[in-house]
Amino acid sequence: MADSQGPMWEVFVQKKAGQPFVHCGNLHAYDKEMALQNARDLYTRRSEGMALWVVLSSNIVSSSPEDIGSFFEPSNDKIFRHPTFYQIPDGVGHM
Amino acid sequence: MSEFKPGLNMSVNFEEVFESKLAKNDIIEPKDWMPENYRKHLIRQISQHAHSEVVGMLPEGNWITRAPSLRAKLVLLAKVQDEGGHGLYLYTAAESLGISRDEMLEALHTGKAKYSSIFNYPTLTWADIGAIGWLVDGAAIMNQVMLQRTSYGPYARAMVRICKEESFHQRQGYEVMTKLSFGTSEQKEMAQDALNRWWYPTLMMFGPPDIESPNSDNALKWRIKRETNDQLRQRFVNQTIPQIEYLGLTCPDKSLKWNEAKKGYDFSEPNWEEFKNVIHGKGPCNKERLSSRNKSHKEGEWVRAAAMEFARKQNETA
Repeated sequence: MADSQGPMWEVFVQKKAGQPFVHCGNLHAYDKEMALQNARDLYTRRSEGMALWVVLSSNIVSSSPEDIGSFFEPSNDKIFRHPTFYQIPDGVGHM
Repeated sequence: MSEFKPGLNMSVNFEEVFESKLAKNDIIEPKDWMPENYRKHLIRQISQHAHSEVVGMLPEGNWITRAPSLRAKLVLLAKVQDEGGHGLYLYTAAESLGISRDEMLEALHTGKAKYSSIFNYPTLTWADIGAIGWLVDGAAIMNQVMLQRTSYGPYARAMVRICKEESFHQRQGYEVMTKLSFGTSEQKEMAQDALNRWWYPTLMMFGPPDIESPNSDNALKWRIKRETNDQLRQRFVNQTIPQIEYLGLTCPDKSLKWNEAKKGYDFSEPNWEEFKNVIHGKGPCNKERLSSRNKSHKEGEWVRAAAMEFARKQNETA
């Protein structure tokens, strides 16, 4: 939303190297540098992470709740995608 | 034949979907359909909550320059910075409901929006900083722990983060009270005086009694709140009395009494007339708080304008 506070940015924090970046919230900032600094001040005051991503909220494309059925349904009938679909003969051991 | 529009299924009864989500303890997210009154209720509650965090920085900021030690100053600075952060989490949670930050600030600065009445009382001594952390943050935590399970996702997530940070606030407040209560007789007197002045305003923080609370019914029905004002107030009193006793201080409520049958204390209600007056702008510091907010917002105007212009030029050359 247009605002005297600058555009909205979404903030993702990585707790430590090797882990995924997780969304933790959002904030206002006027430019990239300020967004990163604000994210550090707002979301990592207690060593919550060692790396940050900031993304303009308006650049995020999302699914919508009304689509849940038609959009995600195709995966429901493909139970062969799960390992439990298959039978492993006794004596083969762990697989 | 009508055109096929993915995602637009006219046979869906949105209200029923919403109600069934609440019944299943599911969480409502920003893009879900919600009744207009639910949206309005949340905007009012979350923005007031945000304003309270921001205005709450003022009475405490009053003591940063006069903190009795460098350690106390560092702790208070960190606490006040946290409160600012809490305000920011909450403002963006409210923005996800379709109100802009500017609209909310405008409502605060013109006096149209409310904030917690507790911040319209003055911080006269250093003991008040202790009492605020211990009692005011303690009461806020009680409310906020419940709100971690509120039905609106962004609000609940902000609360989880805030609760993690608040427990340091309450402990630092109690530490200040402990030092004073076990200090010289003048220091102990100062602690008792702060308790006397903050006790009833803190009890008011939970809102009016259930029988006359105008917003409670819907809040409970929509699972925005999960407990009533009186339930939270009772729990706060039960938890706080032993803490007062440990300090060797006396609760200013002369008729306070343990009630074995309800396993809780019977206590006197705060003066609800005073509560109404303070809410309606007649507290000791209402004018000062609003003018401080307006002043700093106005003084920051050139910074916002410069930052906006800088960003525009950067985009041009990019």
